[in-house]
Amino acid sequence: MTLTDVSWLIGGPQGSGVESAANIFSRACAAMGYQIFGKREFHSNIKGDHSYFTVRVSDQIIRSNVNDVTIMMAFDAETIFRHYDEVIKNGAIVYDSDISETTLNETHTIDNQYRTRLLARLSLKKKPATIQGVLDIAKENGVKLYPISFKTVLSSLADEINNPKIKGMVRMYNVLGVSFSLGVLKMPPKTLLDSIDVIFSKKQAVADLNKKTATFAYNYAAAKFVDFEYTLKPTTKKQNTIMVQGYHGTALGKMACGCRFQPYYPITPASDESVFLESNELVDVIDNRPGSTLVVQTEDEIAAIGMTIGGALTGTRSATCTSGPGFSLMAEALGWAGINEVPIVITTYQRSGPSTGLPTRHGQDDLLSTIHAGHGEFPRIVYASGDVEESFYDTGRCFNYADVYQLPVIHMMDKFIGSSVVTCNKFDTEKITINRGKLLDKVDGNYQRFALTPDNISPRSKLGLENGVFWNTGDESDESGHITEDPELRIKMMDKRLGKLLHILKTIPDDEQAISYGKAEICVISWGSPKGPILDALQMLRKENVDIGFIQIKLLHPFPKDYVEFLLKDVKTIIDIEANHTGQLGELLKQNLERGPDFYIIKYTGRSMTSTEIYDSLKNIIQNKAQKRQVLTHGS
Amino acid sequence: MDLKLGDYKTQVHNDWCPGCGDFGIVNAIQMSLAEMQIPRHKAAIFSGIGCSGKTSHFINVNGIHTLHGRVLTFAQGAKLANPDMTIIAAGGDGDGLGIGAGHFVAAGRRNLDITYLIFNNGVYGLTKGQASPTLKLGEKTKSLPSPNTNYNVNPIGLAIASGFTFVARSYAYDVRHLKDTITAAVRHKGLSFIDVLQPCPTYNDINTRDWYSGMDQADEITKMAKPRIYKLEESGYDPLVHYDTETELNEKLTQALIKSLEWDTKIPIGVFYKNEIISQYDRRLTDKIPNYLENPPASQIISTNGKSVTDISRILDSLSV
Ligand SMILES: Cc1ncc(C[n+]2csc(CCOP(=O)(O)OP(=O)(O)O)c2C)c(N)n1
Ligand code: SF4
Ligand SMILES: [Mg+2]
Repeated sequence: MTLTDVSWLIGGPQGSGVESAANIFSRACAAMGYQIFGKREFHSNIKGDHSYFTVRVSDQIIRSNVNDVTIMMAFDAETIFRHYDEVIKNGAIVYDSDISETTLNETHTIDNQYRTRLLARLSLKKKPATIQGVLDIAKENGVKLYPISFKTVLSSLADEINNPKIKGMVRMYNVLGVSFSLGVLKMPPKTLLDSIDVIFSKKQAVADLNKKTATFAYNYAAAKFVDFEYTLKPTTKKQNTIMVQGYHGTALGKMACGCRFQPYYPITPASDESVFLESNELVDVIDNRPGSTLVVQTEDEIAAIGMTIGGALTGTRSATCTSGPGFSLMAEALGWAGINEVPIVITTYQRSGPSTGLPTRHGQDDLLSTIHAGHGEFPRIVYASGDVEESFYDTGRCFNYADVYQLPVIHMMDKFIGSSVVTCNKFDTEKITINRGKLLDKVDGNYQRFALTPDNISPRSKLGLENGVFWNTGDESDESGHITEDPELRIKMMDKRLGKLLHILKTIPDDEQAISYGKAEICVISWGSPKGPILDALQMLRKENVDIGFIQIKLLHPFPKDYVEFLLKDVKTIIDIEANHTGQLGELLKQNLERGPDFYIIKYTGRSMTSTEIYDSLKNIIQNKAQKRQVLTHGS
Repeated sequence: MDLKLGDYKTQVHNDWCPGCGDFGIVNAIQMSLAEMQIPRHKAAIFSGIGCSGKTSHFINVNGIHTLHGRVLTFAQGAKLANPDMTIIAAGGDGDGLGIGAGHFVAAGRRNLDITYLIFNNGVYGLTKGQASPTLKLGEKTKSLPSPNTNYNVNPIGLAIASGFTFVARSYAYDVRHLKDTITAAVRHKGLSFIDVLQPCPTYNDINTRDWYSGMDQADEITKMAKPRIYKLEESGYDPLVHYDTETELNEKLTQALIKSLEWDTKIPIGVFYKNEIISQYDRRLTDKIPNYLENPPASQIISTNGKSVTDISRILDSLSV
């Protein structure tokens, strides 16, 4: 049996529906039984700038994008200008032939940097700066060109179904594009039509028109372009598969583990999660009246974390969700939660900084700043998920850690995960346990919020609990929560709070601290979203009988020194892979193990890593061709 | 069992300067809580940072001493999650109108059922007397190196403009009036604000107790001091918005704003504006979450025996392929 592994790229101006086209395409393929890995790239702009979606489709487990595009769908000039050379030999560019005369000059949304680079490439090949020019190059590279006049197709359809209105309907281009693509790929159209039904389920007439358009376009392309060697045949469907957006993991995780309060301030790429929670704010509860997740849009991130803490003081599982700039604003209150031992969860979807940085692009620049955010010394947990499915269960863990150890927990996600669309196993709420630690629901007698205990964790009252009146302060306090400046008490209280860090390392199970994917003399260490491309790259290498180990560190603070040391015991070469400039995990390793990475594979273009890039870089290392630091650059 | 005034006092040592207006404010809050017989565990004082911020430690109900400028954010979070709590927020004029001004405005727009007291002393007490946002332009209190270069904020006007639905002023040394105002504010359904004139004998040598009593503006004939402070309720002023009409609303807003500008020789205290027509935030929430008040976040059962009781299958089904 040959494996299917097809990468489809669709691009267009922001706001033109690229995303919904990708959604229809992905759904259709997933319903056919394929695994999907899709990701969206977009400018910080609402309408007009280039955005694109790549969807990788396979009958095997996939966890990443690859460099190669098998089939590109373009109905605007910029998509072709930007991506023509990503399409592989024998791959195809399906495009709207009405734009083939478009010149680079008149494609205003292309920035000068890229324009200059492209012009240089074109002049080297002696091609005109037009769509035809770049398509010629693609053709010389062995790419098949499938021109279709979208206008003409719509026109014939209008005649056939006797509906002149759709003649110039640009809105239909997305469905046309998807259907042409699937026609070229010869995937049976049933799931395409089903997926249109699902997406337009609220508007039957629109669904019908779209289905007619889809069928017409599918048949047109399938009949016309018969020499494409890649196909998507029917395949067996895995049970219990869901197709999710990146933020669904933490959002559904929060619902499932009982987070009932989420104040937030809008920021890309984090707000999707809060908006989803608010759109689903009524929560079904087994054998009981419905509950709700109260989502409040605040005036800024300082208010968001302040409210989150206020909510947590009532015993409610409370969280907020943000990204770099917002997290920076939360730093002072983070310390307040630390000194007052308030369980809160901050989910942060990292993007590239500093400052506004690349606001819609990916990055993992915030590891060290998150570990150190805020003045003073206080305990916190920093925990990172590697993919969407993990993030569902990790969300449950983060709330348990917060409750059990009574401290702020920062759950680190990133833009790569957040704006990916993937198929995965259905989330299983049964696997989530809820541990509220020493939260009291009854108090008798004298109560002291910060009573000194052997494990440094005091029974926790909540606002409104009878006999459980308590005090908090951002000042140092005595056991009852009143201000003190007594040096001896200061020592006791500092030791109490910071003593929790050791307790955390002793009590969080090893496999929650880090995951080891096979041992070998050469070992990759990483954290967060590079997990997927790393695993895919290692699998490619394994087929060549090259064995490389991989340790994914999930608990980043307190650093699981002992466990990581144990895992690295027999490792000769450590390769750090992460999406930042300085190799921040490598720094942590050096601080904690007196041993650092031998090689770094890093990326800070704002684009996520592909498995191809990692594969190539690892090969360089194995073949002794690598510098200590390899910087990845793929992606426009 | 009746709760006595003493039940609302803690044993915590009070380190305010002798004669500080803050003493009067703490007493008034304690008296008001006793008057309303609010069970200690059902009340919480949230405070900011400043001399005023220490208030929460002296009152024997839940006390949450937060961050400089952020008191309203913590207080609102708690109220939203547990609407059953009686919540009083307290903080300095720098706290609420300087660093925290954004939260002040945002809180007004929400109109949660909370009471907020600003201890208005014209200075940053705890940082040794710099100008606070309420200090008038050109005034030089004793620890300012040079006269104030900023125009002052009008707390009453800002509260009205931001949407607070109960806006009042009182005086730290008129504990009875202040206690009554606090009780009325707490009983008001919606966000209430009290601008408490608070002499700071240590750093504000302009707005002193004597100044408020008008010692400097004695009547020429009787030679008696002409107190600056007078009570709105004794002057026939009606703060209440009676009907839900634009004319009525505009009239009451304008009247309050104009009143709030009175200062130099006569300073009104009492309720400036009261609007029971604007919806409370929890009403707005029950429009989207019908059982929010019966089953608010803090009351919801989320697990039995360590297992989640939340059922997300409806959403998972919609994501199934
Ligand atoms: C973020 C931050 N900045 C500065 C300070 C220092 N600080 C402490 S109290 C205070 C001002 C207090 O003035 P006010 O709020 O009017 O309260 P008062 O002491 O007058 O009651 C300042 C600036 C701080 N605690 N936090
Ligand atoms: S500095 Fe002023 S406000 Fe602070 S305690 Fe002393 S008198 Fe009161
Ligand atoms: Mg002040």
